[in-house]
Amino acid sequence: MTAPALPGKNPARASAAAPLEQRRFLRSTAGLAAGVCIVTALAAVSLFVGVGDLSLSSLLSGDPTTRMLFWVSQLPRTLSIILAGMALSVAGLIMQLMARNKFVEPSTVGTVESAQLGILAVTVLLPGASMFLKMSTASVFAAAGTALFLLVLRRIPLRSTLIVPLVGIMLGGVISAVTTFFAYRTDLLQTLNSWMVGDFSGVLRGRYELLWIVGALTVIGYLAADRFTVAGMGADFTTNLGLNYNRVMALGLVIVSLISAVVVVSVGSIPFLGLIVPNLVSLMIGDNVRRAVPWVAVFGAGFVLLCDIIGRTIRYPYEIPVGVVVSAVGSVIFLYLLLRKRGSHA
Amino acid sequence: MICVNGVTKRYSSTVVVDGVSCRIQEGGITSIIGPNGAGKSTLLSMISRLLPMDSGSVTVDGLDVVSTPGRDLAKKMAILRQDNQLTVRLTVRDLVGFGRYPHNGGRPGPGDRTHIETAMAYLDLTALADKFVDELSGGQRQRAFIAMVLAQDTDYLLLDEPLNNLDMKHSVEMMRLLRRLTDDFGKTVVLVIHDINFASCYSDDIIAMCDGRLVHQGPPAEIMRSEVLKDIYEIDIRIEEIEGNRIGVYFA
Repeated sequence: MTAPALPGKNPARASAAAPLEQRRFLRSTAGLAAGVCIVTALAAVSLFVGVGDLSLSSLLSGDPTTRMLFWVSQLPRTLSIILAGMALSVAGLIMQLMARNKFVEPSTVGTVESAQLGILAVTVLLPGASMFLKMSTASVFAAAGTALFLLVLRRIPLRSTLIVPLVGIMLGGVISAVTTFFAYRTDLLQTLNSWMVGDFSGVLRGRYELLWIVGALTVIGYLAADRFTVAGMGADFTTNLGLNYNRVMALGLVIVSLISAVVVVSVGSIPFLGLIVPNLVSLMIGDNVRRAVPWVAVFGAGFVLLCDIIGRTIRYPYEIPVGVVVSAVGSVIFLYLLLRKRGSHA
Repeated sequence: MICVNGVTKRYSSTVVVDGVSCRIQEGGITSIIGPNGAGKSTLLSMISRLLPMDSGSVTVDGLDVVSTPGRDLAKKMAILRQDNQLTVRLTVRDLVGFGRYPHNGGRPGPGDRTHIETAMAYLDLTALADKFVDELSGGQRQRAFIAMVLAQDTDYLLLDEPLNNLDMKHSVEMMRLLRRLTDDFGKTVVLVIHDINFASCYSDDIIAMCDGRLVHQGPPAEIMRSEVLKDIYEIDIRIEEIEGNRIGVYFA
């Protein structure tokens, strides 16, 4: 049938909705712009916080040491925080849609643990491996671990909201135990720690550029936004709307695994980030991915910037790794979300 | 026309749908009735390619549902199963808007907006358009899902127990709406339905299933007879004719 539309009872009603939607759009754009301003301000603070004697005036005066410090250490650090914060948050959102559960993210379903196992494998088998080779292996392991989680999920008939994250945490625990065992046997526990706890203090020019890949993956996630929203509605809805469910899942799997692997190789794991940021955004504006991704990205970048600044100043001149700060703040917010959800669905 | 040719589905040794063949004519309401576990929903899922079949084939207007590209089918046929749980937090307008996905690939144009607003108006959802689906009552949510498949604007609409969660007022409104869709716009509606009296009053054709097999097919006048219903449901159902409709009385 080619009839273009069912005639509405009241065509005026249809057009009356337009201004409302427009207002809403303007309001959300204004909110987003405010978010970008806050992130920019935090980024500026982040550039000039640190043990190095770096101030705006000395930078502008053209002092060569300051200038070098800025380009080699401070700027790469701030950029990598923004990239990792955005990407991990968006990866969390995509993971939640794929698992159809709000309480999962790459570090609670075995993705991050698998990536760590991958890095360990390369380090043991090919000690002189390049960053790129480490990253590739970590990605393959991460994808395999995530696929395993999704396969296990398919076999669980009754998926209660809390069973899904529990399965993920158990799976991650098992993989993590294997990693720790082999790290212990090969005397690499110390090294392993640097991939376990996210830390931006080691970021230098020449050692963070892989993170641009996750920036690109975030953009791909945004471009495929509608597919992920549809997949989040379930396999039947996806098929009904003419999409290949398995193909959408595969795309999500690749994006999530690559983002997790690259971040773990570059700066280590930052747990809870992909969990709390999408959940907070969901409370504010819902889960329509096309609308949510910009918010999740901005929020994620801002949150990690803030946590990194806290970690750098709270025990000055020492640093607390950002992974620790994010975990501490994140676990409190996670508990709040869990209890809130229980209350509203009881 | 939907042609079902010898469709079978089995889970290990249990045969759920057993070699069902039938034709569903264009432009009308076809109701699939039968006792629990008769294979009604399974049959509907196979017709709508949500469930792979073990043998047999299904064509919709000549398109084989297994081999035709998903997006082409999505413009021809919409399916809504029962017990839909949405974990994604979407507004009603967004949800209904996704019904347009097969047509616009996620890039809505002005025509899409008309479809969306019309579908919402049809299901009395305009006042709820900006609410999140998880904040609605069960009945409102069911109507939102129906609005979504309506916005999909397909020739064929397949609904698995669409009256689930609806009160009497909304059940009647839903059936009238489906009737209007077939009468005014030539759509073909296929329902799995439990209430034989709704099936009797609103259908053009009834397919009766029992133990995975198709046992009767025909217009309500043929199916709504005590001996036929006894054959399907194994209980005595008295038939009364009220205002030209055949009503089964089985409450006492």
